Amino acid sequence: MAEPMKIRATLQGDVADVRILMMHPMETGQRKDAKREVVPLHFIQSVVVTHNGKTVLDTQWSQAVSRNPFLGLRIKGAKAGDKIGVTWIDNKGDKRTDEATVAPAS
Amino acid sequence: MPTTRAGIAAIALACLAWPGAAYTQSDSLGVGRKMLAEDNPGELWVERGKRVFAEPRGPKRASLEQCDFGLGPGKLEGAYAALPRYFSDTDKVQDLESRLVTCMVNLQGFKSEDLAKTAMGNLDQMSDMEALAAYIASRSNGMKMNVRLSHQKEYDLYKAGEYIFFRRNGPTDFACVTCHGDNGKRIRLQDLPNMMDPKQMQETVSTWPAYLGTQSNLRTMQWRLKICYWQMRLPDLPYLSDLSIAITSYLNYQGNGAVIQVPGVKR
Repeated sequence: MAEPMKIRATLQGDVADVRILMMHPMETGQRKDAKREVVPLHFIQSVVVTHNGKTVLDTQWSQAVSRNPFLGLRIKGAKAGDKIGVTWIDNKGDKRTDEATVAPAS
Repeated sequence: MPTTRAGIAAIALACLAWPGAAYTQSDSLGVGRKMLAEDNPGELWVERGKRVFAEPRGPKRASLEQCDFGLGPGKLEGAYAALPRYFSDTDKVQDLESRLVTCMVNLQGFKSEDLAKTAMGNLDQMSDMEALAAYIASRSNGMKMNVRLSHQKEYDLYKAGEYIFFRRNGPTDFACVTCHGDNGKRIRLQDLPNMMDPKQMQETVSTWPAYLGTQSNLRTMQWRLKICYWQMRLPDLPYLSDLSIAITSYLNYQGNGAVIQVPGVKR
């Protein structure tokens, strides 16, 4: 039931400013629910960002990242119309891939 | 976003005009808020609301596309700008969420008691209602708040809201205006809008529903009022009570002319 990401990529010179919003509970394994039971760890483990299919960022995250995380990065040598792909996989094996195109500078 | 910048400029000006308030709104907070506004997680709720709106749901397996928010079935553009308004089918003045509940009961076959229980999401469960409210309100983005008091019931509820806004009550003898009647009032570091100032009132009504960082959730005016009542140590404000719609009526009418920009982003 992974929710779609919101990806915004705008060109600034020859650098694409990429901003990604993900919706994920990012449970730390520390919190207790209303029944006083520990909510199990549930967090995004890996995030991969690609630029026209080529991996430009490959990260491993921990439960220390906030709920509904925001990720910003800048990709050099990008052109308007380039494809930016983002994939995350969480520790339960749930995954989500979304794509956006680089918008020209406004 | 130009409106956010204008908002920050307005706050900075307010600080200049009121030396006592200069310490309440540090620049670093404003910078953080601006960054949040540019990539507002509330957008995720709008997207989700859009999907939930069109999805066949409930015992009747119907979508909400036939729901009438005052401009005709399924017409969302500008609908939020005129809410709360009088609806002849229910013979009531309804705000966005009470109208949503009406539709979810009539069209989709949900039970209103169940909806009220899950209307406000928490860390364990996200709320459909909040997502829907964000989506529908966002369809009025860029339009001006334009609440009418043309029906007698609209006028009565507005007057009731005005009365409640200024009426002190409860163990702490608080009214809404106690905290929202002067510049520079705050709770801890959180600045409170002065609702006697039309400009600040407009900023308030045009940015709800909003994403709240401390909640990790998108919240609506119903939630805000409920928390205000809790903070005033008054009895719980029931979801969609006449009281809450009366206050919403008063606030939105006072904020008429505000350019709607939802979801807002708040602390």
